[in-house]
Amino acid sequence: MSEKLGFWRTYLFSTDHKTIAKQYFTLGLLWAIVGGLTAYLMRWQLAFPDTEVPGWGFIAPDFYNMLVTMHGTILVFFVAMPILLATFGNFLIPLMIGARDMAFPRLNMLSFWVFALASLVLLISFFVPGGAASAGWTGYPPLSAKADYTGVGWGINLWILALALEFISFLMGGINFLTTTINLRAPGMTFFRLPLIIWMQITAAVLFMLSVGPLIAGAVMLLMDRTLGTTFYLPEGGGEPLLWQHLFWFFGHPEVYVILLPGLGMVLETMPAFSRKPIFGYRPIIYSTIAAGILSFIVWAHHQFISGMDPRLAMPFSITTIIISVPFALIVFAMIATLWRASIHFSTPMLFALGTLSVFILGGLTGIFNGSAPIDIYIHDTYFVVAHFHYTLFSATFFAGFAGITYWFPKMFGRMMNETLGKIHFWLTFIFFNATFIPMHFVGLGGMMRRIANPMEYEFLKSLQPVNEFITVCAILLLISQIPFVVNFLWSMIRGSVAERNPWQANTLEWSAPSPPPHGNFETIPVVYRSPYEYSSPEATEDWLPQDRPLTPSAAARQ
Amino acid sequence: MLNWFPENISTFGGEIDSLFYLILYITGAWFIATEGLIVFFLIRFRRRQGSKAAYLPGETLRQASWILVPCVVVLVLDLWIDFRGAAVWAKVKGGMPPSDLRIQVTAKQFNWEIVYPGPDGKLGTADDLLMENELHVPAGKVVHVVLKSKDVIHSFFLPNLRLKQDIVPGREIEAWFEATKPGKYEIPCAELCGFGHSGMNGWLHVHTADDYAKWVREQWPSEK
Repeated sequence: MSEKLGFWRTYLFSTDHKTIAKQYFTLGLLWAIVGGLTAYLMRWQLAFPDTEVPGWGFIAPDFYNMLVTMHGTILVFFVAMPILLATFGNFLIPLMIGARDMAFPRLNMLSFWVFALASLVLLISFFVPGGAASAGWTGYPPLSAKADYTGVGWGINLWILALALEFISFLMGGINFLTTTINLRAPGMTFFRLPLIIWMQITAAVLFMLSVGPLIAGAVMLLMDRTLGTTFYLPEGGGEPLLWQHLFWFFGHPEVYVILLPGLGMVLETMPAFSRKPIFGYRPIIYSTIAAGILSFIVWAHHQFISGMDPRLAMPFSITTIIISVPFALIVFAMIATLWRASIHFSTPMLFALGTLSVFILGGLTGIFNGSAPIDIYIHDTYFVVAHFHYTLFSATFFAGFAGITYWFPKMFGRMMNETLGKIHFWLTFIFFNATFIPMHFVGLGGMMRRIANPMEYEFLKSLQPVNEFITVCAILLLISQIPFVVNFLWSMIRGSVAERNPWQANTLEWSAPSPPPHGNFETIPVVYRSPYEYSSPEATEDWLPQDRPLTPSAAARQ
Repeated sequence: MLNWFPENISTFGGEIDSLFYLILYITGAWFIATEGLIVFFLIRFRRRQGSKAAYLPGETLRQASWILVPCVVVLVLDLWIDFRGAAVWAKVKGGMPPSDLRIQVTAKQFNWEIVYPGPDGKLGTADDLLMENELHVPAGKVVHVVLKSKDVIHSFFLPNLRLKQDIVPGREIEAWFEATKPGKYEIPCAELCGFGHSGMNGWLHVHTADDYAKWVREQWPSEK
């Protein structure tokens, strides 16, 4: 552990899980900027169709379709996954279970570099003749299966390749997450003493591994249709376009929870630390998470109620979809119950955690509308759905992501972030997020379809145009609201006040390591005596009781 | 907020709308209850000098019932929504009411090709009539629409009729509706279908019985 590594091995080709986490985070943030730019261009075009976008120029319809496609692809696969799973999973799993590194550090490095390669391929796809993919992030064939239909040639091939590489990366990462959590736990760290975010991360890893296979098979067939002249999805050759939808959504719905669960995990870590109270119902939350994970494999056709599949299939999927609200309701109730009789400290991480909770509730509730098959007839492919999934995924990715980054920043970089800037960032984000996406529900109920470049081409949407303009103004302000975060993040990394080991007086193991932890993390591997959220325990005089603190010398000796 | 929907002019649209409001009231109540409780707790249990949080892990059944009982309520309400939904779904999508008016809509990038069967009432015969983006139907009569696509997936969307159906190339999908009010309504495509997706739009003309008969006479003047 102590041998000197050169520059390349320390910063670039590192096998240290913490450095790899930061590498994922850096790439994820860079992609978030591109994702934000696509949002800006789309919103401008929707509010002020066919006018010049300030700082860009005019947006042609096929370019708009490319923006729609790349916005979804980037945000789901190149922002949410690298930040929520790869960054926090890599950083936290070894530290929170009391390990010196991942089980397979070199595989971990390989995972990151395969992801970097995926990023490069996706970036190149913007610059090939015909432009980047424009068949929607869901890539429905036949539109995506034949270059003639979109006018996009290599853009879609590279899009498939980039996704395939990113799946390989996250499969390797998932193997590492599972192996590490199962094998490298510190003495005394039983499964039911694991912090909930670790449960969320490994559940997400399992969901991803079990669901991605069919999609990889589907993607190979799509690539063959495009390049080798097969007709898996082309009816003129006996193919079946709906096959793709089944394969895609069999992956797609578990994938939503692959993103959501780590996001909820951040809230479940942050909330007890700033409520000074154990998370309410630790085990019920774990069972709920597993139940939701299992259910997520039998809900996929709720994306296809009106796809042309047999209508008799709709109700079974509608029922499972609506029932999946039960395990998530339990997690939400547990979070609310944690606040009851707490001692709540409104730090920046806590504000973002509370923001996640309050925003996710609305996103979960609008899911009931979408899950009801008859309602879906009308709201399918409208902005109501767009508003719904931004309420769930924006809350998981950004609100929870900011909760996580502001909470663990001292551990990651050894310095504290500025609280004032953090709070300004939170309130601006919270206000403009809601101002952007609440009206979007109503635009959707008015019937506005997704993925249209110009609502003014439809008589029945013209009366909604002022709302679209309002949404765009708020969306631009939401993007601008991220400036305080960027300033705070970069400034604090260099100039922030030096963080102590455990600035939040939290219980989990990462806080007993130095800030930032050296290669190898712990001076000596900690011994775990209790569950992770023993705040305000009657056994302790202070309102916190770290997992690795023996209460009496005899307790320490027994271990 | 209650009139955000476009005007409903179909026989089954009212049921979809009322199911929507049922879900709106149920989820709205949950929204107010949960968010209200959060705000109340945040104010009531904010950190104050000398106050200490309670130690409540919620691991015993007695404590956990605070979250388990509401979950049971959620489950019951879910099932209520499911059963109401199943009834509406069966009405809209279960079986189609019989009709002697079958019109074929063929989607292609980026138009609706609408084929009328003509006086013989049969598609695929010599008196068929093709019109682009113009769907003429009588009010108060069940209409069957045969949906086909020549290229990619499109989605046949009639906002005012609360009808949307994806059209899959290689398949023939049949949908139905019964319009209640004469007028002119839009038929946008709701599934991304290429660079001309935005603006792929047609018009549904719902005629009174007399106007419809007149329109038919104008289209097929040789027939008596």
